[in-house]
Amino acid sequence: MSEIVLKSLAHTYSANPQSAEDYAIRHMEHVWHQGGAYALLGPSGCGKSTLLNIISGLLAPTEGDVMFDGHRVNELPPEERNIAQVFQFPVIYDTMTVYDNLAFPLRNMNTPEYRVKPKVLEVADILDLTPLLSRKAKNLTADEKQKVSMGRGLVRDDVTAILFDEPLTVIDPQLKWKLRRKLKEIHERFNITMIYVTHDQLEASTFADKIAVMYEGQVVQFGTPRELFETPAHTFVGYFIGSPGMNFFALNYAQGTAYFGEQPLPLSDRYLRTLGRIESNNVKLGIRPEFIEVCTSAESDTLAVQKENLQDLGTYAILTFSLNQQTFKARLPEDHPPLGETVYIRFPDDKLSLYVDEYRVEVDHE
Amino acid sequence: MSYQLDNVQQGEKYNNIFSRITPAQRRKRNTRSRLRSRLLLGLYLVLMILPIYWLLNMSLQTNSDILGSMTMWPENITFDNYIGIFTNSSWYMGYVNSIAYVLMNMLITICVALPAAYAFSRYSFIGDKHLFFWLLTNLMAPPAVFLLPYFQLYYSVGLFDTHIAVALAHCLFNIPLAIWILEGFMSSVPKEIDETAYIDGYSFPKFFVKIFIPMISSGIGVTLFFLFMFSWVELLLARTLTSTGAQPIGMIMTRTSTASGIDWGTLAAAGVLTILPGILVVYFVRNHIAKGFALGRT
Amino acid sequence: MNKVHNNRAWLLVLPMLILVAFSAIVPLMTVVNYSVQDVLGANARFFTGTEWFKTMLNDPGLQAAFLRQIVFSLTILAIQVPLGIGIALIMPKRGWQASAVLILITLPLLIPWNVVGSIWQIFTRGDIGLMGWGLRQLGVDYNITRNGTDAWLTIILMDVWHWTPLVAMLCYSGLRSIPEAYYQAARIDRASKWAVFRYIQLPKLTNVLVIAVLLRFMHSFMIYAEPFVLTGGGPGSSTTFLSQSLATMAIGQQDLGPSAAFSIIYFLVILLVSWVFYTTIMHMQKDRNPQGGA
Repeated sequence: MSEIVLKSLAHTYSANPQSAEDYAIRHMEHVWHQGGAYALLGPSGCGKSTLLNIISGLLAPTEGDVMFDGHRVNELPPEERNIAQVFQFPVIYDTMTVYDNLAFPLRNMNTPEYRVKPKVLEVADILDLTPLLSRKAKNLTADEKQKVSMGRGLVRDDVTAILFDEPLTVIDPQLKWKLRRKLKEIHERFNITMIYVTHDQLEASTFADKIAVMYEGQVVQFGTPRELFETPAHTFVGYFIGSPGMNFFALNYAQGTAYFGEQPLPLSDRYLRTLGRIESNNVKLGIRPEFIEVCTSAESDTLAVQKENLQDLGTYAILTFSLNQQTFKARLPEDHPPLGETVYIRFPDDKLSLYVDEYRVEVDHE
Repeated sequence: MSYQLDNVQQGEKYNNIFSRITPAQRRKRNTRSRLRSRLLLGLYLVLMILPIYWLLNMSLQTNSDILGSMTMWPENITFDNYIGIFTNSSWYMGYVNSIAYVLMNMLITICVALPAAYAFSRYSFIGDKHLFFWLLTNLMAPPAVFLLPYFQLYYSVGLFDTHIAVALAHCLFNIPLAIWILEGFMSSVPKEIDETAYIDGYSFPKFFVKIFIPMISSGIGVTLFFLFMFSWVELLLARTLTSTGAQPIGMIMTRTSTASGIDWGTLAAAGVLTILPGILVVYFVRNHIAKGFALGRT
Repeated sequence: MNKVHNNRAWLLVLPMLILVAFSAIVPLMTVVNYSVQDVLGANARFFTGTEWFKTMLNDPGLQAAFLRQIVFSLTILAIQVPLGIGIALIMPKRGWQASAVLILITLPLLIPWNVVGSIWQIFTRGDIGLMGWGLRQLGVDYNITRNGTDAWLTIILMDVWHWTPLVAMLCYSGLRSIPEAYYQAARIDRASKWAVFRYIQLPKLTNVLVIAVLLRFMHSFMIYAEPFVLTGGGPGSSTTFLSQSLATMAIGQQDLGPSAAFSIIYFLVILLVSWVFYTTIMHMQKDRNPQGGA
């Protein structure tokens, strides 16, 4: 059993860090519960691989603690942490057979052969590697190799967490979903904590129950795929999750009215009340393209905008329009009415999110 | 499920095994093994340097000091041996000769080897595999086999006792070597680079000089290092093809051995001076050498 | 890589071909020509057929040199390959120390071969050499000009000193090409140091080791300058190797026919061994390529 807790963790590769930019991980707190299927999502260079290597013990954090079940493990080397890690490029022992590859971690622990065999056969069966057991690992395809390296993590009975570092990068697209399903299956069967690093939101949301989105060395949101979509906690999450990403626009508030540039916005009272209390200059509203309502005629709370482009993508269409010299995107259903050059849009009150200094702020209730 | 049961039991067993070694002990063990490998490496380096140090030691003493008492370092340092070499044209011309034919050989070799290596790495053509193997056989030809015919050949074409004769003779093993190394480096450059350049309207010579050669510059550096190395160290052919006009330093060194005994000091000083160009060359390529030694083939 | 079939590539190979042909084929033809003739003077030649070959193959002196040569080559391979791997494993991987060690280790390779002989000649002399003097101080009756065993051991030591760096450098560059993930995975799999060597490092080294063994075999089989300077082939003929026998015969005694026949036999032996290596390398590369070369 293990619950992995990261306490005020920070890491830098520079010998003498000057500013926050020198840190790959910037003072973060996080808890991974036992048995969860998690994804660690973020663009390249956001520090997700660094974080993974700190958890597995390949890297020692510059500051802060890594706790497994309440014990500080900072000093423990990876071989004593009861974790397994699957790397981006499959690591297999070329000269050994698939069987020997799978048996390798057990033999390293001096496990007697009569215990090795059933374990290897069991894992091979789960991963559909049984027919390949006597083959040399060198001649396998990329996805088979990746399954073998996964299998080496599964044979060990002491493994309570498996870390995946973009494991499907080198796998053919049509095999990706198969392997991902296999992972889910294994997760359900073994009650193992799985942390899956990826930069692909689709991969993250199909695999994980909860996703941690990383940005500039910090976890900016940790939630279910649905939460990330509906209530992004940080403007980066809104921009990174969803396709196309969330629309953001800067707000000014003066004398009881909210302006987007010169354009007054028809916002409800609870927004105005909240805005009145905010002191920061960095205030933004965000709305997902899916939630912008598009009408063909003017109504009381709609804004008239110029259509720039309408792109039909089969099951849906993307409308691009400009408002106050900023480009917005709205997602329309397949059966949307025909649009003229001028369209009327509405930002539904309950679908808007308010961001102060890039973080989401709850708006007062009615 | 039995798996879970097993899990618990075996997990305990492993915990027992691993709990015997505390992290502190492990760290201690790691530093100790690191220390041990550093010591071994240091020992090897010392043993390796010792003969060279001894040569340097001899070169800084007079002959009477050398033959006098045994000392671990020169007690009365003298540069007379070096001064003797630098003031005697028959001595220092040996260095000039050696450097001259080595440089000529490097130039000739790299010029003909680059296009040939490109051909081997990018195209298949009639007889390519046989040609490549035949080239490698020249790398394996004992210079002793070619002594006599070389002597006769270069004598008959009037090249005997010239720098170019030695430079050409060393092409025998240096061209195959250069092609072998360069081919390895070139094959690691994706073919798409070539195709893109042709689509962009580059002619072959322009592409080769402007794009391709800069891309494999570290490979060329390493190749030049090897060319230098094998031409600089070879003596058998070099001394057979020269008499007085282009004699290599290695041959001139044999002069220290006369009827009245060996002039140890001068021999040692001349030896030390032959090591210096090598140090200079290896210093320039030190950052590429680790990759280059695998000849682009790992 | 898929190569384009294009016979115009010959044009790129041509300059190289002309040069190598000039320095390889023409002399080789001369050798072959001599090997089947008895040259008594400028105008007196007789065709002798395979006569010289038979003489050479039956010459006890050459047979002994050949045997010595093989024992020598195998001995130095047996020492230099494991030693070179060992050194490569303990060489520092980065930082200024790595550069410094690299430069130091490469040093013996860049010393002219006759100077290597001279260095060891000085180093091993009983009166002025550190090693010779040191051994005598320890009570060892060490003398390479009188004792054949001493001479033989010293030449082995010299060759190990001279050429182990090549094996070490080849292995070092082989080791450097192993991605860090392999070591990380091995740590997580709890592999011992020995297991890491056996299952990760050694397999990745096979390619460079084949090159190392090939180069070392070739060069040791042609060794000439170093023993020539150090021992002159003596005492007696205890350290006379094939190249020296050949040089003495061809240049010293001007025995054109026999030495030409000897040359051809010599060359063929090296060729045969090298061909075996070459096919091995090609075979290994073929094995490697379907995966895109790891």
